[in-house]
Amino acid sequence: MSAESGPARLDVDAIIDDPRTRIVVCCGAGGVGKTTTSAALGLRAAERGRHAVVITVDPARRLAQSLGLESLDGTPRPVPLPEGARGTMHAMMLDMKRTFDEVIEEHADPERARQILDNPFYKTLSTGFSGTQEYMAMEKLGQLRRSGDWDLIVVDTPPSRSALDFLDAPKRLGRFLDGKLITFLSAPAGKGAFRMLGSGFGLVASVIGKLVGARFLDDLRSFVSAFDTVFGGFQQRAEQTYRLLQEPGTAFVVVAAPDTDALREASYFTDRLAADSMPLAGLVVNRVHPLPDGGRLSAQEAERAAEALSDGEDHALAAAALRLHAERVRLRARERRLCGKALSAHPGLPVAEVAALAEDVHDIDGLRSIGTALAGPVRA
Amino acid sequence: MSEAEFGRGTRARLHIVTGKGGTGKTTAATALALALAAEGGRVLLVEVEGRQGIAGLLGRPPLPPEERELIALPGGGRVCVLAADAEAALLEYLAMFYGMGRAGRALTRLGVVDFATTVAPGLRDVLLTGKATEAARRRAGDRRGTGGASAAFHYDAVVMDAPPTGRIGPFLNVNSEVAGLARVGPVRSHADKVMDVIRSERTLVHFVTLLEEMPVQECKDGIAEIEGLGLHAGSVFVNMVRPPLLGEDDLATAADGGFDGAALVPGLAAAGLADVPGLAAALSGEVRSHALRAGLERRTREDLAAVGRPVVDLPYVEGGVAWPALERLADALKRQGTVR
Repeated sequence: MSAESGPARLDVDAIIDDPRTRIVVCCGAGGVGKTTTSAALGLRAAERGRHAVVITVDPARRLAQSLGLESLDGTPRPVPLPEGARGTMHAMMLDMKRTFDEVIEEHADPERARQILDNPFYKTLSTGFSGTQEYMAMEKLGQLRRSGDWDLIVVDTPPSRSALDFLDAPKRLGRFLDGKLITFLSAPAGKGAFRMLGSGFGLVASVIGKLVGARFLDDLRSFVSAFDTVFGGFQQRAEQTYRLLQEPGTAFVVVAAPDTDALREASYFTDRLAADSMPLAGLVVNRVHPLPDGGRLSAQEAERAAEALSDGEDHALAAAALRLHAERVRLRARERRLCGKALSAHPGLPVAEVAALAEDVHDIDGLRSIGTALAGPVRA
Repeated sequence: MSEAEFGRGTRARLHIVTGKGGTGKTTAATALALALAAEGGRVLLVEVEGRQGIAGLLGRPPLPPEERELIALPGGGRVCVLAADAEAALLEYLAMFYGMGRAGRALTRLGVVDFATTVAPGLRDVLLTGKATEAARRRAGDRRGTGGASAAFHYDAVVMDAPPTGRIGPFLNVNSEVAGLARVGPVRSHADKVMDVIRSERTLVHFVTLLEEMPVQECKDGIAEIEGLGLHAGSVFVNMVRPPLLGEDDLATAADGGFDGAALVPGLAAAGLADVPGLAAALSGEVRSHALRAGLERRTREDLAAVGRPVVDLPYVEGGVAWPALERLADALKRQGTVR
């Protein structure tokens, strides 16, 4: 990605320095360094004067430790920043069940809330992974935003394609809870809407009963009727958060690594965000292998030179260094080819690249160097 | 699980492949399926996350949710692939056990599938794991796996490209998820049967990792979690292993920063290259990061050895994994005795 023909550079500092930017959402496939990117962005913003909070779904202790904390939990904890930082930083981990419990307690009277919290369906829903985590991440985001305690919220989304499922949350909850299934389950058998749906459904009801036991239907019915009372508030909140995300104060950052799978997922996220009119700031490609500035030697030249040296024992080290260089040149060419291909479908999308580190990030200094790389120029 | 139901012997029949995101689960699972089929057997490779990762790896268009024979090996081995899908599995299950073709479709219209994915993720997981366990138990000429125990197994082995380590415990421990919801009935007994297969000694959970700290930590945590659930951990697949290009002494010197490129100058000059000082400086930087990386790999490998599971290397493939490279990876697995 040379300066002449390459993509626009993602200006990370312009985003985090702009006081109008209130939310940064990082999304992408698993294992691309999303959590590290989120933490590095939060740290850089804090050191440049923002009051930032980073919310992650990753329970990795290493992240907590690299922030100088023992562990992360559902409460924002202050991150001890080195001297010279102009702002503040907090970090927290999403506690899915607690967040969900709080929503229920806020929207239902104590009696209803207890009914819901004790229902086995609620227990599965609030601890199960698919969908709930994404939705609760957005709920927490809404809470943090309303609290007004921070002027920048950095969100690290769950590592799956469903990370953007929260965009569907208002619709999906609506479809489910207003849907025919609920009408069908909440109505006594053989009455009302149930009959309107036509013949054959009596069979369905009895089959569901047979499949999972009558108790299942009872549990589900009582869950649905109790949940129904909190549902209005629930959906309203989901819609609010959805609109908040569409505002210009939000910046979505898609994170990828330079491999086929991660870039395909990045492409998917990019399309998905565009389809929902979400403000996409750009693409971060982590773990790239830029070539050193000096000594532009092609892979073939390096291989040939290594070959020439391999006859004698004297220059084994130089021959190995040349082979290593040839490998790096080919790797970089592949990375640029893959990124170029991914970007061809999204012309004009700004990109920031972060070079692979030889070792893992262990501390604030390591995170800061990632932040510096994020804000730095795209290299050869 | 009785011998009659899941076969005699000690060789694993169901291989579940997990690992941290980005470590190459799909590649490892596919290579393992090829290695298992190399002796002429029939192997099923199951994908459960709807990513179409296997199709992508094999350079094929998206696969339907049904078992398809995709690879025929020279030795007579066959690899079938199933892109499992919870909705298709549910409908198939209803049709198979209850003859509910039409009513099943009615359930879809009613939003039962939304329900299964939104409110009861445990049901979704049991449907997906159920596809793999049913295939592993299936006997020749029988779709239900309830046929005579004397009939040969339909598949010699089943390999599942499973969800990542962060989700693998709840995903495989379907019983506890379902037990709270369906206390009785066929769904419950289906879940019990699935769990029997998953807990069997002939089901192994393999972990894919890279020689980096976080994937290795997740691998160790994952093994502890799986064993804590009473399941059996198999091998650790170390993916993208590269041979070091330098000797131990040179690596140590370079990693300590005691290598400024001067040592390269005579060699680069002898090779007749231009701008030797500039080139030496550039290359020495690459050598240093290579050495640091090699040090990290050595440390994480020692860390992995302490886990006490067999560690199997999958070589790094330059230029990305595609068909010929998959065969090389499968050979590497065979050589290291993974499929014995």
